[in-house]
Amino acid sequence: MPNMNMLQAINNALDIAMAEDERVLCFGEDVGSFGGVFRATSHLQEKYGHARCFNTPIVEQGIVGFANGLAAQGSVPVAEIQFADYIFPAFDQIVNETAKFRYRSGDLFNVGGLTLRAPYGGGISGGHYHSQSPEAYFAHTPGLKVVIPRNPYEAKGLLLASIRDPDPVLFFEPKRLYRASTGEVPEEDYQLPLGEAEVTKEGSDVALVGWGAQMEVIERAVELAEKDGISCEVIDLRTILPWDEDTVADSVFKTGRLVVTHEAPRTGGFAGEIAAAIQERCFLYLESPVMRVTGLDTPFPLTLEKEYLPDHLKIHEAIRASVHY
Amino acid sequence: MTTTRETSTPAFLAGDEYSIPTYRVLSQDGRLIEGAEAPQLERAKARRIYQAMLATRVMDERMMAAQRQGRLSFYMQCTGEEAAVVGATAALDDADMIMAQYREQGALVYRGFSFDEFMNQLFGNELDYGKGRQMPVHYGSRKLHYMTISSPLGTQIPQATGYAYGQKLAGEGLCTLVFFGEGAASEGDFHAALNMAAVHEAPVIFFCRNNGYAISTPTVEQFAADGVAPRALGYRMHVIRIDGNDILAVYRATEQARRIAVEHNKPVLIEAMTYRLAAHSSSDDPSGYRSKKEEEAWREKDPILRMKRWMAERDWWTDDEEQSLQEELRREVLETMKRAEKRPPPALGTLVTDVYADVTPALQRQLDALEAHIRRYPDAYPKGAQSLDPSVNGGADATTDQGGA
Repeated sequence: MPNMNMLQAINNALDIAMAEDERVLCFGEDVGSFGGVFRATSHLQEKYGHARCFNTPIVEQGIVGFANGLAAQGSVPVAEIQFADYIFPAFDQIVNETAKFRYRSGDLFNVGGLTLRAPYGGGISGGHYHSQSPEAYFAHTPGLKVVIPRNPYEAKGLLLASIRDPDPVLFFEPKRLYRASTGEVPEEDYQLPLGEAEVTKEGSDVALVGWGAQMEVIERAVELAEKDGISCEVIDLRTILPWDEDTVADSVFKTGRLVVTHEAPRTGGFAGEIAAAIQERCFLYLESPVMRVTGLDTPFPLTLEKEYLPDHLKIHEAIRASVHY
Repeated sequence: MTTTRETSTPAFLAGDEYSIPTYRVLSQDGRLIEGAEAPQLERAKARRIYQAMLATRVMDERMMAAQRQGRLSFYMQCTGEEAAVVGATAALDDADMIMAQYREQGALVYRGFSFDEFMNQLFGNELDYGKGRQMPVHYGSRKLHYMTISSPLGTQIPQATGYAYGQKLAGEGLCTLVFFGEGAASEGDFHAALNMAAVHEAPVIFFCRNNGYAISTPTVEQFAADGVAPRALGYRMHVIRIDGNDILAVYRATEQARRIAVEHNKPVLIEAMTYRLAAHSSSDDPSGYRSKKEEEAWREKDPILRMKRWMAERDWWTDDEEQSLQEELRREVLETMKRAEKRPPPALGTLVTDVYADVTPALQRQLDALEAHIRRYPDAYPKGAQSLDPSVNGGADATTDQGGA
C-alpha cells in the first residue's frame, strides 16, 4: 500500500472522482494549471482539461453561487475556497442557498452534488486570517453536512463519500497536517461513512472527542494520561453535522466522563453543543462535568499561537481534572 | 487580458462615451416605429404570448384583492412588466432554464403552470410542490424548467452562470435566462455572476427588469451610472437596452441574445426599461414615495394595451375575445382559489423531510417529540393535529392530482 501525505490522498480522491464521472468538476482560485496553493488539485487540469478543472476569479460568493447552479443542473462541483478564513463572502450562498435548496423546493431541485473544500485551522503561523476553524457557524445550518478528516486515509475515504453523497458537504481540511500527516492509503477507490464517528481507541475512565488536527493532539495527551494510569477512550467525530450522538453517548455511558476539544473559540463552539446533548442523554451516568479544551474567545493570534491553541498539555490537564473531579 | 495601448497625456474618461440607446420597435398606438423591423412572430405564438400576459394581469388583480380581503398572507404583482417577462420567456426554448427573482409569474403562465398549481403554492397546502415551506409567490417547477424562487436578492444570478456552464458542458444547446431587478443588480452576487460568465463563457442571459424602484428607492439613489447596461462593457459582455414595455423589442432582443449565448457560448446582458405599476408587494404603499401623476404617465404605456393594439391592427385579436377571455380567467382564478383554500395543510412529517436526502436520526427524534407534544395539545396546533388525525377536520377533499411537478 502506498504511503501518502494528506494532500496526495486528497489529490488522489479528486483524480478518482473525476476519472469515474465526467460530471465532476474542480475549480477555485489558483486551482487550474497551478494545482492550488497547496497543490491539492495538481495535474487535474492536464488530465481532465480546462473545462473540468479551472481557475476562477477571486470571488468566493461567485464560486459558491456558480457551484450551486452547477449542482442544481446535475453537475458534481468540487469547489475550493483557498482558506476557510475566506469563506465568509460566500456565507449567504452557503447558508441561504446551498443549505435550503432541497427543502425550499420540496425536493424539486437540490444541490446534493456540491462539495466545498477548504483548508482550516492553526499551527502554521497564519495569524487571524489563515488559521480559523469555522465549523460551528455551519453546524448551525440544517441542510449542510460538515466533514473534517484527521489523516490521509480518512481524507481520501471521506472526500470520496462527500463528493458522492446526495447532500451538499463542506469538507474542511486540517492544513497543518497537509504534509505533516502521512500514512498508508489504498490506491483503489473506497469510501468512509458520513455521519458516523469512529472510536479510534477504547478505554474505560474518560472519553475524549475531537476532529481533524485535534486528533493528533489528543493522541499525545492520551499518552501522558495513560502514564498516570488513566484509561482513555478516543472518538474522532469525523462529521460535525449531522453528528453521531449515539457513539459519543455510548462512550459516556461506559466511562462517565467526557472531554471535548477544538481549536475554535470556546463560546458558541461545537463542544458546547456536544456537552449539552450529552448531559441531556447521560446525566445520571456522568461522574464529572463535561470539560471543554478550546481556543480562547479571541481572534486567532500570531506570536502567541502556541499559547492560544488547545495543545496536548491542556488536554492532559482536563483529563486529570475530569478523572479527579 | 489587459490592453497596453499607451498615451502621454493624462486623459480621464468620464464614461459618457458609453451611452447606450434603447431599442424599441412598437409605438404605444400599436404601430411599428418607422424603419423598425418586427420579429418573425406568427399568429399562434403572438396569441399565446398575449393570453399569458392577460392571464398574469388578471390573476395578479384577483390575488391582490384576495390578500386585501385577508384570504392570503402576502402577494406580489407583475403588473406593468408583463411584456418584459412573457416576451423574454417566449423567445426561449421551453426547455431553457429560467431563474427568476420573484415577480416573474408571467413566465410560468406562458409555460403552462396551471392556476391550480399557482393557488396551491399561494395557500401552502398539501399539494404545493414546495410543501408549504415558503411565502406566497415562491413558485418552482421542474417540468417547466423554472427554478424555485428564493427570497435573498441576487443569489440566483451566479447560480444561473453555473447552471448555464453545466448546460454548455452537457452540450444540449440550452441556455439559462436569469431575471432580476435593477436594485438586485447592486448586490455583490450580480458582479460575481457577470464576471464569471464572461470569463468562463457561459450561455446565460442576464435579464434586468429596470422598473424604476427597489421597494421605495428610485434608480437615482441606486446607481450613479446610466442604468445597469454599461456595466456589461466592464466585463466585456454583449449588452442591449430595450423598451421593456414593447413586446416586439423584448422578443426580438431576447431571441438574438439566445443565439449569442447558445451558438457562441457568450453571456448577454439585457436591460429592459419598464415600470412597476403596482406596489412592491402587498405590504407596500407606493403613495409614500411616488406621485399618482408619475404612475398615470406609465399606465398609458401599459405593455398589454400596446400589444393588444398591435394584435387588433392585424386582426389577430378582437374585443369580444378579450372580454370572454377576461371573464373566463376571472372565474377560473376564483374557482381554483376556493379549491386551494380548502385543501389541508402539508403533513406534519414534511417539517423534517428534504432537509437532507434522508431524515437523520436526530431529526426523527425531534419529530417524534413534537408529535407527542401536539397529541397532548391538539387545539394549540390545529394544522399539525389535523395532519396527525385527518378525521379531526375531514372537510377538505384532496382528490385532484396535479401530476408531475
